[in-house]
Amino acid sequence: MTRTSLRRRVVSGAVVSLCAASVVLALIPLGLILFFTLRQGLPALNLAFFTRMPKPVGEAGGGMANAIAGTAILVGLAAGFAVPIGIVAGIHLAEYRKTRLASAVRFAADVLNGVPSIVVGLFAYTAAVLPFNRFSAIAGGLALGIMMLPIIVRTTEELLNLVPETLRDGALALGATRARAVFTVILPAALPGIISGILVALARVAGETAPLLFTSFNNRFWSTRLDRPIASLTVQVYSYAISPYDDWNRQAWAGATVLIGAILLFSLLARAMTRRLEGMHRP
Amino acid sequence: MPEVRIATGLRPRAPGPSAAPPGTASAALVPHVADEPMVRIEQLSLHYGQKPALRGITMSIPKNRVTAFIGPSGCGKTTLLRCLNRMNDLVEGVRITGRIVIGGRDIHDPSMDVTGLRKHVGMVFQKSNPFPKSIYDNVAYGPRIVGARSRSDLDATVERSLRAAALWDEVSDRVHESALRLSGGQQQRLCIARAIAVEPDVLLMDEPCSALDPIATAKIEELMEELKSRYTIVVVTHNMQQAARVSDHTGFLLLGELVEFGETATIFTTPRDRRTEDYITGRFG
Repeated sequence: MTRTSLRRRVVSGAVVSLCAASVVLALIPLGLILFFTLRQGLPALNLAFFTRMPKPVGEAGGGMANAIAGTAILVGLAAGFAVPIGIVAGIHLAEYRKTRLASAVRFAADVLNGVPSIVVGLFAYTAAVLPFNRFSAIAGGLALGIMMLPIIVRTTEELLNLVPETLRDGALALGATRARAVFTVILPAALPGIISGILVALARVAGETAPLLFTSFNNRFWSTRLDRPIASLTVQVYSYAISPYDDWNRQAWAGATVLIGAILLFSLLARAMTRRLEGMHRP
Repeated sequence: MPEVRIATGLRPRAPGPSAAPPGTASAALVPHVADEPMVRIEQLSLHYGQKPALRGITMSIPKNRVTAFIGPSGCGKTTLLRCLNRMNDLVEGVRITGRIVIGGRDIHDPSMDVTGLRKHVGMVFQKSNPFPKSIYDNVAYGPRIVGARSRSDLDATVERSLRAAALWDEVSDRVHESALRLSGGQQQRLCIARAIAVEPDVLLMDEPCSALDPIATAKIEELMEELKSRYTIVVVTHNMQQAARVSDHTGFLLLGELVEFGETATIFTTPRDRRTEDYITGRFG
């Protein structure tokens, strides 16, 4: 009796410590990334970084105002492409689960989700850069939008499927058409979760560099024109990080810090939205 | 053809205003001579794929009365209820034969608009299913489908429906709060308010009290008694005491067959069919 109990306690203790060790191990890379980025980036970060334009090589100071604005514009364009299409496609998948079109779309979304980002960039280059002979914000937004699309489609579908069937029955029993039930009851019930899915997708594409390298390219000047090359934080960080100048390297660390901060903020927002959804469905 | 025995006998309750002299109605379809039928079901059969769920059901449900369907789990009582507002249309592989006539119209007629039918035949579900919206928006959902837009009309409809569902006094100061904050019993009464906001002719209730405590159940039962003066109520219940308390007529279903249908008092005191008696006395089910 005591021996079994002792053995159980030892095994249990070992398993619990193994679990704890795995968690710590999994968190180490994140901790290291945050530590090094913040250590190098925070000292280089100041108000000028957000408000000033890049300075020429050799001149100290300056900021990445154009790149921050550029990333915001690119992500906005991407959301503009991907959110309407993604939500409508997600509704289709949730409403017509078993049709051949639905399984084809679902499969396509999953494949698209696995396509390397550089390939998505190449596609956007062929589709939106070559025909106009010009790098443009629109091409960059298109590339990011394509990357967002599968995430939004599948999140929308899954969250709509989570809405209890009894709500749909309730709406239909009151004489609502199927479309009305979807748009006035089912979609609103799932909306906080869908918005949080969109935020997660935005956070993911905001950190993409590869699809932008030959679509939106880069721009050393302030530009908000959608048909011209535009700066972005990620590409700016990339080019500053590989440059031989200490000053630019420092700026790259600061840029990385801002990126991580923005993505963290988006993720927190997404979590808050999810909590709200769960709160609404609590009995 | 299944055997449908009809229980006749003296009505224990006061006859309705449309009382006809005994013996005038055709015995097969209208067993309750005192009552005007609201719903007539003729030879209704339903199959899920190859599996029969309802077999040749013929009955007529009287107007402004509470009619209860009882029977063991899986006997088809909920399926039968859901036929009345064609909610079974949503289920894949369902095949229906026979006729259902509500208020003089065949509900399977090709010219029948299903959403229109559901405005005349409201439904309350087993589990309360308020929309994640405010109390007000829940009740106003049906009227808005019909096209009600004026704020004052909607206000009046919401108040009238909540009063009719005996919920107004409890929520009048917070109709714009989320319906999900109400208690289970209040949510179910909200669903009743939502169903009657469009003034249906028939109110279907699918085990409306099965998830409620005895006090909330008593409130709903009381409500059914009040509502039957304006609506024809059809209720599915697992609970035989409930059927005995609230209903005027009771139908006993077994394996998709309507074994016996008649006055509740008769069914519960002198059933004609042995199977009814066995079920009611608790020998099975």
